[in-house]
Amino acid sequence: MEFFLQQTVNGLTLGSVYALIALGYSMVYGILKLLNFAHGEVYMFGAFAGYGVLTILGGSSALVVPVWLAIMLMFGAAMIVSAAIGVALERFAYRPLRNSTRIAPLISAIGASFFLQAAALLMFTANSRSYNTPSLIAIETGIPLGPIRVWMVRVLVIVTAFVLMILLTLWVNRSRTGKAVRAVSFDREAAAMMGIDVDKVIVVTFLIGSALAGIGGVMVGLVFGRIFHLMGFVAGLKAFTAAVVGGIGSIPGAMLGGLLIGFAEAYTTGYISSTFQNLIVFGLLIVVLLVRPSGLLGRPELVKV
Amino acid sequence: MSQIGVDQWVEQSDERRQDYQGWTAPARRLFDKLAPGGRLALFLLVAAAYPFFVRGSDVRVGITILLLAMVALGLNVVVGWAGLLDLGYVAFYGFGAYFYAIVASNQLPAHWPTWIAIPVIVAASALLGALLSLPSRRLVGDYLAIMTLFFAQVFVELVRNFERLPFVSDDLNLTGGPNGIPGVFPWELFGFSFNTFHRNYYLALAFVGLLIIGLHNLNDSRTGRAWRALREDTLAAEHMTTPVNRLKMLAFAVGAGIAGLTGTLFAAVQVGVFPNNFNLFFLITMYAAVILGGSGSIPGVVLGAIAIAYTPELLRDPGKAGWLFYIGLVVLLVVVVRRWERIAATVGGVIVFGFIVRVVASGIWDEATMGEANDTFISRLIDDWVLVLGAQSDVITNYAFVLAVVGMLTVVVASGWWKIAALIPTIYLAVLVWENKLAFQPSITRQLLFGGVLVVMMAVRPQGLLGTKRVEII
Repeated sequence: MEFFLQQTVNGLTLGSVYALIALGYSMVYGILKLLNFAHGEVYMFGAFAGYGVLTILGGSSALVVPVWLAIMLMFGAAMIVSAAIGVALERFAYRPLRNSTRIAPLISAIGASFFLQAAALLMFTANSRSYNTPSLIAIETGIPLGPIRVWMVRVLVIVTAFVLMILLTLWVNRSRTGKAVRAVSFDREAAAMMGIDVDKVIVVTFLIGSALAGIGGVMVGLVFGRIFHLMGFVAGLKAFTAAVVGGIGSIPGAMLGGLLIGFAEAYTTGYISSTFQNLIVFGLLIVVLLVRPSGLLGRPELVKV
Repeated sequence: MSQIGVDQWVEQSDERRQDYQGWTAPARRLFDKLAPGGRLALFLLVAAAYPFFVRGSDVRVGITILLLAMVALGLNVVVGWAGLLDLGYVAFYGFGAYFYAIVASNQLPAHWPTWIAIPVIVAASALLGALLSLPSRRLVGDYLAIMTLFFAQVFVELVRNFERLPFVSDDLNLTGGPNGIPGVFPWELFGFSFNTFHRNYYLALAFVGLLIIGLHNLNDSRTGRAWRALREDTLAAEHMTTPVNRLKMLAFAVGAGIAGLTGTLFAAVQVGVFPNNFNLFFLITMYAAVILGGSGSIPGVVLGAIAIAYTPELLRDPGKAGWLFYIGLVVLLVVVVRRWERIAATVGGVIVFGFIVRVVASGIWDEATMGEANDTFISRLIDDWVLVLGAQSDVITNYAFVLAVVGMLTVVVASGWWKIAALIPTIYLAVLVWENKLAFQPSITRQLLFGGVLVVMMAVRPQGLLGTKRVEII
């Protein structure tokens, strides 16, 4: 029971991070029908931005500011850096190709992803960095949950992720811009004719999606400690899987999918072997694509000729 | 891809045939006049003479080029002709290489003779390609891409983690895990062992020649035309009773077969296979070759492979790399600015800007000019102009790198004299980053270059250097 609870908490933590990254994939796909391969790299740069702020503030063991302020600043910096990269990607790698063949933006996205990876390798070298969170927030702190104790950092990550997801849902459903986002993703041309500034909506989507990925990057740094220049690739693939499992283009779907992938991974690692964790996730994707390509909460896509 | 109406398309048909403009026109006209057979003969002649004029280590480079050309020709079938974005292609290459390594090394007690191993491996790779295309046949575009990317990941995970087949035998070490398989035997046909670089070079060249002939005919055949129909509009092709699913499967199978064949050669030449040979980096390299040369065009793909495979060799030697960088910079400047008075203004501006920065920086901080210049001709020439940092060079070049990238993006959106104003600091920063860091990091430079090539080519010239422009008729 204790072990099961532990794995469940692990899964919930992982899952909320995957959900945050998956949201960016799903929103962009919903609007542009484009798979943003470079999203994983956006997340990786977010993690490094958080690390940079932490280092400037004196490192985790010798902070010059209160811990809560340091964490807020880390999240803020990650959001800014990731959002800037996301918007630049949209403007320079995807917008020129909007009326191009379907394959062109994908190739551009792979190229951009590879470029960003190499840029990170150049700037941060191949050594992995550690947030060294235990000296930031002691590992003994936490909330008791039955036989186990949930570390404060995990609580922080899970709560923040859920608050962000609720805010995003409210924003998309209630606000004016959110309505525009929904309109553009429903039918871009019709939205443009109704006077919606499509370019602006797309930029806002990239901005929000990338900022969420940046927050996800800092969260991974806080919980798992290790960040490195290749971390975006596999996390990006898994988040994409999450988006597809939930139904790509659907915002609640991305959250559900993220949590499912998180649990699947945590239980596989806990009960079978960590060797299988990636294979299980990939297998899940393949099964979902074959059995229900529109995902759990997605609408089947109708093609008009 | 531009969009034009039907009438316009018909009207322009003559222009399309003699569309030789710009400074490459004479070369292209000559190239087009030559019959395909003549082009191939010319290429083979030059390639066959190559080993006689270079050192032994450069023959190894030649093999790398030819192998990349082979695998890129196969990728071109899937991506260029059938229009299927197959990101799992590297797995077929790896499959062929591992298969050959397992049956032609001390990994297993039994060794297969080459003349049995090669046909079996090619057939098995093609079968695997067809098999993996089965789940993909319902998927289009992005889903196909991501699905195949997962296959590539699964392949690497499998060879890395499952060196011992579960439930079979504990002694049987199949893939060697993370250590790979060393000591792969060379090809041996009719008692003749391909155990030197020269022999392997000619073997690969023969395969490239055969592939080019075969693919050229395939492209002109019924199947080739059907593939292009599929690429342009799958739905319309299906309505014309083209067997879409079978064609997709065939494209995957042909591509995978070629990749498997290349893999066996690769394993034999490298005398070993390792999981890292088949990672994302090689996938990007193949795509860069196909996209740069022009997807869909056989001469384009071969040219792309030559350019992409030769780049690392140029970058490895700091002297040559310097020339490559500065010539590239000048070419880019000419292409971006175009008007000579503005080019002159930019060059003058960069020189003045550099001296001002130098004076200011060395006034504030002694370390700014303390570094050792590279020991190459150009670096010594500009040592008194650009900052070669002594201390803190990592941190400062990181900021310079970010600023240079931002500057390049600004240049893309700016116009008129604003573009020149943005270019001047950008060029200076690029030179600074090059002299302080990139020149010593050939492998990172290569990654940046290949990634950049894909993005820039897609935006500027999606048809590649030698490809034909695709026009959508509405």
